[in-house]
Amino acid sequence: MSSILIQDLVKRHGAQVTVDRVSLEIGQGEFIAFLGPSGCGKTTTLRMIAGLTEASAGSIHFGGREVTHLPPYLRNAGLVFQGYALFPHMSVAENVAFGLQMRKVGHEEERRRVEEALSLVKLAHLAGRLPKELSGGQQQRVALARAIVYKPEVLLLDEPLSALDAKLRTEVRTELRRLQSALGLTTIFVTHDQDEALSVADRIVVMSAGRVEQVGTPREIYQRPATRFVAEFIGLTNLFPGGLEGHGRFRCEDGECFAVTTTDAPSNASVLAIRPEHVRLVRGVPAPDGESAVEATVEDVIYRGALTEFVVRTASGAKLAAHLQNAGLGRYELRPGDRVIASWPADASMLF
Amino acid sequence: MTGSRSPFPRFLSDGSFRPVMVGGCVAAFIMVLSPLAAIIWVSFFENKIISFPPTGYTFDWYRAAAAMPQFRDGFFTSLELGVVATLVSLIVGVPAALVLARGRFPGREAIQSLLLAPLIVPGIVAGAALYMFLIEVELASGVQVAMTFTGLAIAHSLIALPWTVRLVTASLVGLDPQLKEAALTMGAREFTAFRLVTWPLIRPGVVAGALFAFIASFVDLEKSLFLVGPGMTTLPIVIVNYLEWSIDPTIAAVATVQIAIISAGLVLTDRYFKLARAF
Repeated sequence: MSSILIQDLVKRHGAQVTVDRVSLEIGQGEFIAFLGPSGCGKTTTLRMIAGLTEASAGSIHFGGREVTHLPPYLRNAGLVFQGYALFPHMSVAENVAFGLQMRKVGHEEERRRVEEALSLVKLAHLAGRLPKELSGGQQQRVALARAIVYKPEVLLLDEPLSALDAKLRTEVRTELRRLQSALGLTTIFVTHDQDEALSVADRIVVMSAGRVEQVGTPREIYQRPATRFVAEFIGLTNLFPGGLEGHGRFRCEDGECFAVTTTDAPSNASVLAIRPEHVRLVRGVPAPDGESAVEATVEDVIYRGALTEFVVRTASGAKLAAHLQNAGLGRYELRPGDRVIASWPADASMLF
Repeated sequence: MTGSRSPFPRFLSDGSFRPVMVGGCVAAFIMVLSPLAAIIWVSFFENKIISFPPTGYTFDWYRAAAAMPQFRDGFFTSLELGVVATLVSLIVGVPAALVLARGRFPGREAIQSLLLAPLIVPGIVAGAALYMFLIEVELASGVQVAMTFTGLAIAHSLIALPWTVRLVTASLVGLDPQLKEAALTMGAREFTAFRLVTWPLIRPGVVAGALFAFIASFVDLEKSLFLVGPGMTTLPIVIVNYLEWSIDPTIAAVATVQIAIISAGLVLTDRYFKLARAF
């Protein structure tokens, strides 16, 4: 197992820069998620780490060993492709044995380790099958077994769950996390699905337009987004354009004024962001002290089981989303057209 | 969603059009197969001149054909040419297809068109052009190429080449480029990845390309016309020459043997490679 050090990594295609000075330090056994919209450079970065795409500048180290210009077969990385890329002419066991054969481990050990890897992903009983005879979930597990059987220094996963249906996806990601920590594999997981990233990763690297927007734990990324892009990309966010007025107040373009916490906010902040789950809706009761409040009319109510999503419109015409837990909401029901007071604690506001 | 709707008019899919389609297919098959069936049938006629109705049936024409040296020589010349042309088309065509299917480089389209061009240029034109070129070569160097096995082999290699390029490219296009990348990340060097992953997956296409190339060479008439010489004539040209003077069922017997060889080739090809995938 190994740590990964990435310094000022750049990928240029002619004049276009797809990966722009990405630097990152990944600890041994850490589970990192590269998260971003498609085209943000996350897969290109992964391919440069695997050695499948040549880096234009910068360096990559695996545990002190520079690999920047090594061909993929000398890097000792395990890669699970989005489409799995199982060899269709080889059985499950032959697919898994491939990496071991390249390392010439000897017959007895090869057999033992293939068996071990297949039982790790619970597929020992299907060793003789061809990939096309397996379900999508099973193929995904073969791809994983094939990538970990030779004990790679780093495990790279390129959107490995995107081809699975929703229920299987949750199941497999839990399984993946369990395997990863059991084996202590340094892992990079590329995804565009924030739920996936939030639920499996130790740390998330949010990328946009080839750059790293923020690196942090799932909690940090969600609760303290460093940039407006991160706040908008992760979770749902209410945004109010405007400017700071001093004295912990933010004036929106539409004239509303809200109390905000200005510690670690930029003084030239132009956007106020509030997560929908921080917004409270009450009828006719004034907001508690220290809360920002605004009068609004309920426009839309979407019942989601555990919570209800409300869309309200403030007196000045701004739209505001509020997510309320249904467990605490039982007594009064809000309907479209109801006049309410929307409020949130000042320290729930984020400024960019 | 409009995407779920068939782009074809409804009468094509609701069954009412089915008799017309079946009828069309049957008619096409009859049109293609009846001349072949007629030739095979005629080859067993006892009549001295091809005519109906048959007065009886015999194997004599096959014996007669086998006894005629021009048919025997023509057959073996065509066979040797087919083998040589196929080998050349593989040696040139497989690497070319590997580069064409994967690479994105300037001139790619041009090279592809050039390699497939022999399919488009009329055989008689290409044959005449090659003949004139070889004569020029002979005038310049004093080495005779036209009307020799070498000259024919060049022409037949050109006939065979587009087929290997086309079929090998088709099998490569269906191949996921990530398979090779997977092999590389697991520790295989480029050549090992090719040997263990790419090659086994394109082999059916290569086999099919080779068989098609052989058949195309074996049946060629137009390109060879100018290039054959005394003692160096291909079977299709021997057949044409013979037809000029006599019209007995010997010719039907020879054609039947030719049809049998080609059919065997096609059936064999289809076992390795669904031919429908190549077009």
